Amino acid sequence: MTKPTLTRRGFLGTTAALSTLLATGMPAFAQDGNLTIAYNVPVQSWDPTTGPSAVNPTLQAVYLSVFDRFIGQNPDLSFTEGLLTDWGFSEDNSQITMTVREGVKWHNGADLTPEDIVWSLTRAGDPATGNPIQFVWGKIGNYQIDGNTITADVKEFEPTLFKWMAFLTGFVLPKDYYEEVGADGFEKAPVGTGPYMVDAFEQGAYVRLKAFPDYWGEKPEFETVTIKFVTDAAQRVAEVESGNSDMTLNIPYEEYDRLTAKEGLSGTAIPITDIGMIFLNDIEVMTDKNVRLAAHHAIDKQLIIDRLLRGYGVPLSTLEAPGYAAYDESIQVEYDPEKAKELLAESGYSTDNPVKFTIQTTRGFKPKDYEMIQAIVGMWRKVGIEAEIEVYEIAKHFELRAADQLAPAAFYNWGNSIGDPSTSTGFAMFGPSPHSVWDTPDLIEMIGPLFGEADEEKRIQGYKDVSRHIAEQGYVIPLLQYVMPIVYRSDLEVTPFTSGDLLPAAVSNS
Amino acid sequence: MLIRTILVRLLTTAVTLFGVAVVVFTLVRVAPGNPIAMMLPPGATDEDIANLTALYGFDKSLPHQFVIWLGGVLQGDFGTSITLRQPVDELVLGRLPATLELSIMALVIALFAGGLMAVLGARHRGGSTEVGLDLTSGAVLSIPDFLWGLLFVLIFGVFWPVLSISGRIDPRMEFDFTTNFYVIEGILRGRFDVVGSTLSHMLMPAMSLALPLAAMIAQLLKQNLKEALVQDYTTLARVRGFSETAVILREALRNAALPTLTLVGVQFTFLIGGTVIVERLFAYEGLGNMAIDAVINRDLPLIQGIVLLFAALFIAINLIVDLSYTLLNPRLRHG
Repeated sequence: MTKPTLTRRGFLGTTAALSTLLATGMPAFAQDGNLTIAYNVPVQSWDPTTGPSAVNPTLQAVYLSVFDRFIGQNPDLSFTEGLLTDWGFSEDNSQITMTVREGVKWHNGADLTPEDIVWSLTRAGDPATGNPIQFVWGKIGNYQIDGNTITADVKEFEPTLFKWMAFLTGFVLPKDYYEEVGADGFEKAPVGTGPYMVDAFEQGAYVRLKAFPDYWGEKPEFETVTIKFVTDAAQRVAEVESGNSDMTLNIPYEEYDRLTAKEGLSGTAIPITDIGMIFLNDIEVMTDKNVRLAAHHAIDKQLIIDRLLRGYGVPLSTLEAPGYAAYDESIQVEYDPEKAKELLAESGYSTDNPVKFTIQTTRGFKPKDYEMIQAIVGMWRKVGIEAEIEVYEIAKHFELRAADQLAPAAFYNWGNSIGDPSTSTGFAMFGPSPHSVWDTPDLIEMIGPLFGEADEEKRIQGYKDVSRHIAEQGYVIPLLQYVMPIVYRSDLEVTPFTSGDLLPAAVSNS
Repeated sequence: MLIRTILVRLLTTAVTLFGVAVVVFTLVRVAPGNPIAMMLPPGATDEDIANLTALYGFDKSLPHQFVIWLGGVLQGDFGTSITLRQPVDELVLGRLPATLELSIMALVIALFAGGLMAVLGARHRGGSTEVGLDLTSGAVLSIPDFLWGLLFVLIFGVFWPVLSISGRIDPRMEFDFTTNFYVIEGILRGRFDVVGSTLSHMLMPAMSLALPLAAMIAQLLKQNLKEALVQDYTTLARVRGFSETAVILREALRNAALPTLTLVGVQFTFLIGGTVIVERLFAYEGLGNMAIDAVINRDLPLIQGIVLLFAALFIAINLIVDLSYTLLNPRLRHG
């Protein structure tokens, strides 16, 4: 019997064979017709209307590539035609009318019908499906179809109904196909009317999209789009720097500046509909107006943006950011540490006898969140506020917020891609909402009627008045509007959306 | 004797898994963070919250929920993931091959590198080579796996981009495999492009996982080899004219390998545990990456399924190590 021996020739041969094998798996760099995006959040479910993914703002861009909403949205937040070409309330707000776009195909070749629209809306309003926005979709019913026109009865007037049709869970799904394959079948082979079809999907790894040739809108530039799910920001930086991906988003601002200074890479960074804020809970020392206002006046937001976020951010005084429907630039809470000291002195506090409370914050969830709170605590200390920082997870924040058990101060963010005041100031500050922790009756009385206000002008003005009242009373501390950094190959052109969505269909070769 | 040992171990395995099931079920529910609170829209009413709570079965008492879940598990139904909306068993078993292939590749690298260092150290014992190898293994051990990962990304992903830095395979590759064992099925089907792409993606995470284990193997195996090399049977082999390398490989290694095998068995479970962080770092779609997402999203059924599978895996590995130790060691086999 011959003993197996490793000769030099054998070793070299094996090494060469292994190298060849590995070489076949070398990173494939960007090619013409293909676009690869390193994305920060993995798609978890292909049903954009139910479950936690449906209300995850970051996933909306991927859903928008495959599905269409009832109503579309332009890069500047204004609304445009989607699968509906016309919509509106009747004069007495007792009915709605919707006109369905003609000539739209599903990815499986079937035609979009008004029945699809009605089925999607009915399903959205059915509690058994688990659609989290039933409080909106359940307010209409008794649909009637006449040709391409749908009418429905309004059970309870919701002024933002049509805005929600361009927002979370406002997607149209195919009735016949969904009923044929069921929920499991739909997860495995989703069908939409969007610019791209799902070609391959590996849970937690990537989705490969192919351009839909029969798309009703403008044909996307790239035939194939690969979205790689890379949750680690440093890894996304490496992806784009190494050329493994053509573009990425949501990376640290330091890296954004570094990468965009490099040859071959460009970037865009615009303010988006996401704000950083400090919730105040109406407990302990926060029931003292002087403390609340002092805490707000003591924060130099611009300094935080300049020093911690490298200038990427817009300081805010209300929960309405520029571009939102109820933004009022005349409402300002200035940085004024002397005034903060005076207010605290009125309540008997000083740097020698500081007011004490806990502030909760996430760490690493939003850019420099923990560092921001550290800086704020430092600013507070100078005027007579001693705050103890408690770090918590996102899940814990949601649980505490829903149970109204947040600390006196708690940092978090608030997204609002339709820019309506009801979905920012309204729900964030309306006591009975599960996302509000400020429960004083004055705000409940002011905001409550606005949820059903039919006069749009009056409704918007009402929210501006609420914002002014909140600023005067110091019920919340808005900090800043975030900026979304996107880095891409210099030979690409990207249309950024104020909603923060990075849409593959909005990327082209320059 | 061996069969009895196996039967006893299988029985204790069932008890251990039940204990794990109770602990994990209780812990994930006691831990802060409510999955329903995470999916509440801004305007949700109390009725909406109650509907969602009932829909996911969280309206029932904890013991009631446990009985329902355990009843399902005994029938092979591990529930449905809240976030991924698919059966937990399908999801977990679908990801298992990725983690197993990564862990096995890491183990092979660790055994090869550690073994090579140990043999070299023993062959050149007392000299500068041994000192150099000791220093190297000490330095390797002092750096945790995820830091190795970052270092590899920097070197082989950015400065010298020759390896893929994220994922498990090139997403542009077309293939339709029956299993998720890309390497094994790729070899069987002759799809060496798939094998190459998978190995290329696995190399950096596997190296990150392997290096600390390789250093441990090197240190222990070299020590055992040095002890074996002063025994009578190795002296006899030298007298018979064997070269020093042949003495190490033919005579000393077999005996010195036994304690190392125990170490490898124990450390392999730690290595699988290490995949959680490393898979996350390399966006590698294995069980570990899925576990982190499940924890972040408070996907309770999925967390339970993953922990139970990890527990079963650890028990199985320990059982295999114990049995192979028994088989390799005649004193235990006949004792």
